[in-house]
Amino acid sequence: MRDETIRDDLKASPRFQLEHQRRDFLGMAAMWSAASAIFVALLGAMRLPIPSVFPESNSRVKLGSVDLFQGVAVTPFVEQRLWVFSDDQGLYAISAICTHLGCLVARQEDGEFDCPCHGSRFDSQGKVTKGPAPKPLLRLALSVSPDGQLVVDRQQTVGPEVRLKV
Amino acid sequence: MGTESSKMARQVESDRQDASPGALRLLWCNLLVTPRSFRDSLIRHGRPTSERAASQAVFTNFFLHILPTRIHRDSLRIRTTLGLGVISLVLFFLLSLTGVALMIYYKPSTDLAYDSMKEIQYVVPTGRFMRNIHRWAAHGMVLCVILHMARAFYTAAYKSPRQFNWVVGMILFVLTLALSFTGYLLPWDQLAYWAVTIGSEIAQSPREITDALGITAWFDIGAYQKQLLLGANHVGQEALIRFYVLHVIVLPFVMCVFLAIHFWRIRKDGGLTRPAGAEACSESEKFRNGPPALAPAKTYGLMAVVRGRTPAVDRSMANTMATYPNALYAIGALCMVTFFVMLCLGHSFNAPLTEHANPLVPENPAKAPWYFLGLQELVSYSAFMGGVGIPGIVVVGLMLVPYLDREQEEVGVWFGGSRGRRVSLASALFAIVVVVGILTFTINYGWLRDWYPNIPQIVITFVNPGTVMLVVFSLWSFFITQKTNSTRMGALAIFTCFLLAFAILTYFATVHRGPNWGFYWSKSDWPVH
Ligand code: HEM
Ligand code: FES
Repeated sequence: MRDETIRDDLKASPRFQLEHQRRDFLGMAAMWSAASAIFVALLGAMRLPIPSVFPESNSRVKLGSVDLFQGVAVTPFVEQRLWVFSDDQGLYAISAICTHLGCLVARQEDGEFDCPCHGSRFDSQGKVTKGPAPKPLLRLALSVSPDGQLVVDRQQTVGPEVRLKV
Repeated sequence: MGTESSKMARQVESDRQDASPGALRLLWCNLLVTPRSFRDSLIRHGRPTSERAASQAVFTNFFLHILPTRIHRDSLRIRTTLGLGVISLVLFFLLSLTGVALMIYYKPSTDLAYDSMKEIQYVVPTGRFMRNIHRWAAHGMVLCVILHMARAFYTAAYKSPRQFNWVVGMILFVLTLALSFTGYLLPWDQLAYWAVTIGSEIAQSPREITDALGITAWFDIGAYQKQLLLGANHVGQEALIRFYVLHVIVLPFVMCVFLAIHFWRIRKDGGLTRPAGAEACSESEKFRNGPPALAPAKTYGLMAVVRGRTPAVDRSMANTMATYPNALYAIGALCMVTFFVMLCLGHSFNAPLTEHANPLVPENPAKAPWYFLGLQELVSYSAFMGGVGIPGIVVVGLMLVPYLDREQEEVGVWFGGSRGRRVSLASALFAIVVVVGILTFTINYGWLRDWYPNIPQIVITFVNPGTVMLVVFSLWSFFITQKTNSTRMGALAIFTCFLLAFAILTYFATVHRGPNWGFYWSKSDWPVH
């Protein structure tokens, strides 16, 4: 009985509480600094698996002399996984990589694109008409190199209205 | 222990005193008894002849002391566990063994990997057999782990004090799937290439959300996940080496750590779950209230000091059996059966190997391994919800089950008795109707984009048939919880629904999905191309 009262008295005293807090504070400080050190170290280590130069970083590819594409409605590039189209405003390129999960779409006779993996369908301008694809097919940036070749940049996308005028 | 060898040694000793041929003769005699004295030093107590010696045999053996010295009769009954945990473990061992064998010839390079698979298949002696066993054991392990989880669920083995072990189990489940997935890429055939391409794009699918919020330029978590996995923006050499490292070192190591925790916790949580009521389950109470009244002659030192969580050392021995040899025979039998089945499978069926990976021609249909096909079906409506959202919610939900349902009645009984059986049956029927109904509906009438071509993408992303199932099943589970006034019944309801949905979706995507992910009644209806 008495023991308990003393203990309660003790606990209530400001000195006891201060002591207690101080000890707690040191413990907490040690714990938190250790934890944050580990956390920061991990954060740093997480940079390792992301390469600073990606293997495909050289994303610009020459497709051939620009003149070849003038007036040719569509030129497929199987290796590059894209098509180059030409209309009265200029040239544009559509990527064959499905925006859903990365399969390759096939161009049908009617000019639409079908994806074999989960049945997405895109119209002749690459707009999604059916299936799970979240975005239209990508338009890739075209340019002309000094030696008159058509160059596509596979990492750089442009809007659907953009044309390369030659 | 008056064993033979010491008798013999005494004989030798007296010989030495009589004549004195010296130490050389002694050496000779020692050599003669070496096999026997080696055995005595190996197994310190000889062959156990009494029950006590049998417990000691288990207790003093490094490998066996993971088991208690005595085991409750019920824990050894096949209907308690169906042996599924042990079979999963045996398969893991078998996978490690055959995996090391395959590593001897396998070369993780995009140029050489496929050729080394061919070599293993056609040139390496027993190579094809090893590869077959490795493949079928991998499938078998996924199956057994899923069934083992179901059995732990239906016998309410996740309840206090085993909540944490259930969480450990979920981690093991995810690790098992990750091991299978990383192994899938290694043959570098068409199936591997396209399944992993799809898998890594699923890792990138949170982009659908960041795109919708318009923050992808600053915070592209999707691309980060994909690049973390592939080390590039496409599946290539960097991806292959990463998957290899994960598959042969990182994941098996992590798996071993968590398996150790799993088994340690089984011991510390008092062995396997048993029905309450029997004298069995209250030993933790007894410990808390002081030493047990019926202490056995032998106590096990430190073991008994551990509070409450010790196996059956204190209680009356009435319903327990000596671990040696009963449990060892049971485990040995499961081991033999598993090995036998795997040997037969490995002998009779070849693991598939399609053509060399070709980044220019997608497989059509590109199907993931069977245990991911249910998800692939959902992914074919929207990538983020089907591939990340729903599996994430289900895994986290399952981990939370022991903390949300804390009723202690009817533990250790399949389905918790007749009420639980009724609820489970009703839930199974309900799930079948819902899942088959939704699938039939989408096949006949399409999904959102077919009705509203200009619907915002964010709606497509979130309103996946899987989301509908998730919501319907949750409502059903709340309804059952309300009606039966029991969280356990609610848990049974939702788990049964998930299990059935998983089974039906897996079946559906395996059998009825063909080229362009179209619906076909059977493979013979596929268009020829
Ligand atoms: C790598 C996979 C796994 C292995 C090798 C494994 C192994 C085992 C073994 C050998 C047992 C002893 C009883 C038995 O044979 O059933 C056991 C018990 C248990 N396991 Fe697993 N397990 C695995 C995954 C899981 C998973 C995915 C869960 C659930 C999420 C889980 C939850 C449990 C629970 C709760 C127990 C205790 C059962 C009881 O007390 O009745 N385990 N496990
Ligand atoms: S990858 Fe094209 S629809 Fe899935």
